[in-house]
Amino acid sequence: MNDLRWIDFALTSARPQAVAALLRYFRDLDTAEEAFQNACLKALQTWPQNGAPRDPAAWLIFVGRNAALDGVRRQSKQQPLPPEELLSDLGDAEADMAERLDSADYRDDVLRLLFICCHPDLPQTQQIALALRIVCGLTVPEIARAFLVKPSAMEQRITRAKAKVAEADVPFEAPDAIERSQRLAAVAAMVYLVFNEGYSASAGEMPLRAPLCEEAIRLARLLLALFASEPEIMALLALMLLQYSRAAARFDANGAIVLLDDQERGKWDKRMIAEGLALLDKALRHRRPGPYQFQAAVAAIHARATAAADTDWAEIDALYAGLERLQPSPVVTLNRAVAVSKLQGPEAALAMISPLAASLDGYFYFHGARGAFLMELNRRDEARVAFDKAIALAHTAAEAAHIRQHLDKLAEK
Amino acid sequence: MHYVLLCYHMEKTVRAWSQAEDDAVMARLTVVHEQLLQEGKLGPVARLMPTTAATTLRKGKEPVVLDGPFAETKEQLLGFYVIDCKDLEDALSVARRLGVANPDGAYEIRPIMLMYESGSLTPAVSRA
Repeated sequence: MNDLRWIDFALTSARPQAVAALLRYFRDLDTAEEAFQNACLKALQTWPQNGAPRDPAAWLIFVGRNAALDGVRRQSKQQPLPPEELLSDLGDAEADMAERLDSADYRDDVLRLLFICCHPDLPQTQQIALALRIVCGLTVPEIARAFLVKPSAMEQRITRAKAKVAEADVPFEAPDAIERSQRLAAVAAMVYLVFNEGYSASAGEMPLRAPLCEEAIRLARLLLALFASEPEIMALLALMLLQYSRAAARFDANGAIVLLDDQERGKWDKRMIAEGLALLDKALRHRRPGPYQFQAAVAAIHARATAAADTDWAEIDALYAGLERLQPSPVVTLNRAVAVSKLQGPEAALAMISPLAASLDGYFYFHGARGAFLMELNRRDEARVAFDKAIALAHTAAEAAHIRQHLDKLAEK
Repeated sequence: MHYVLLCYHMEKTVRAWSQAEDDAVMARLTVVHEQLLQEGKLGPVARLMPTTAATTLRKGKEPVVLDGPFAETKEQLLGFYVIDCKDLEDALSVARRLGVANPDGAYEIRPIMLMYESGSLTPAVSRA
């Protein structure tokens, strides 16, 4: 890793703790965010020479707080403190800070922030958008993409949510235990969105944004430590571990997508799989089924199959059918159709997804899957049209390249 | 004499290790593991899964199953079993049977990744 990448990684990892602590201090989202940004700039100036501090989050909190206070002083007294002076003191002060900010504080700060974002007075889309922006530092276009809306609309939503939080009736105190459990579902959904943003890769630059996936996994661990007997939280963590275990096998040396069936299963992370399976087992024991348990159970079937041909597609079909009953969604039906194509052939799968055309017309995977079914049936002209639509909706270069391969194959024949 | 080395560390810190950091630690440890194997001193080695994967059986007349690790500080760790079960339910039934024979205290049931069987450095096959 070159210099900038390790710093970027350290800043991304430290962000939730640092912003949460700064928010607790300043009680204002914009000030906290700005203080964090300033601290990041200082980090970029000093870490390449001095190396990373022992505790990057504590460093960022300390520097961010002082930079913001300095800004306040400058405005009031026109007498700024020289930043070099701040930084030269840092050795002792940093150790002091790190001692005072014990892990329990960190945990409460991050969770306080997560749960504040999921305040019931905010509409759910705003809760999640705000959490993605503030806690995870996603950019507005990235968030807009996750919600399938235009960046300008998302910008407005986030501004409105911030204004609402700034109003006095949304307290910055940690919600009590009852409120926390009421907000838990929203927080879990947010964590999974963060994971998916990292997993499906944004902006086409890096095919997999590992820090976001790892942050989501870390947050799910924190949630599970707090809500130890929630089967859905166990399953959420299991689901993310089982999916992330395949990270190293999902792209080839040239950055091209490798489909599940073609992945080198030896590259899957066995430790994550073992933990994911253990957590799912623990969740299912409660006999309180939920959407994450169904999805984790599907991921577990893939994880258990030593070769693609060993995959128990009938069980996957049954699990998606169960999920459809619990939480009907065209995306779930689309996933089920893949299992159906393996069991009954592409014709049955096409019949299953044709009613989804209206609701999923703007969805890359719909046209990609449809094209693949049509190609299997040798309906080449229709397949080409579907792949053309998919390519227009691709979010990353790797996705587009993958569809391009199919189109090339169609042209060869 | 047999000894057990119980490995304590800050879970939060170890969890935060990157794959590269984890690999580096494991590579350093493997050098020592190999020496210990040569010396005939190495028994089975296991890495415990995170505490979030743990379940606790509080023993007694009516044993209670609790999600999460054993959290009391009054009791001390006095022994351990390595059992090979098909799932958590199976492991809990083993714990209940043992609990009838010795009805006080608690068992924490924690899945492990066995790294080596006794007297071998071949990675143990973990059963899914």
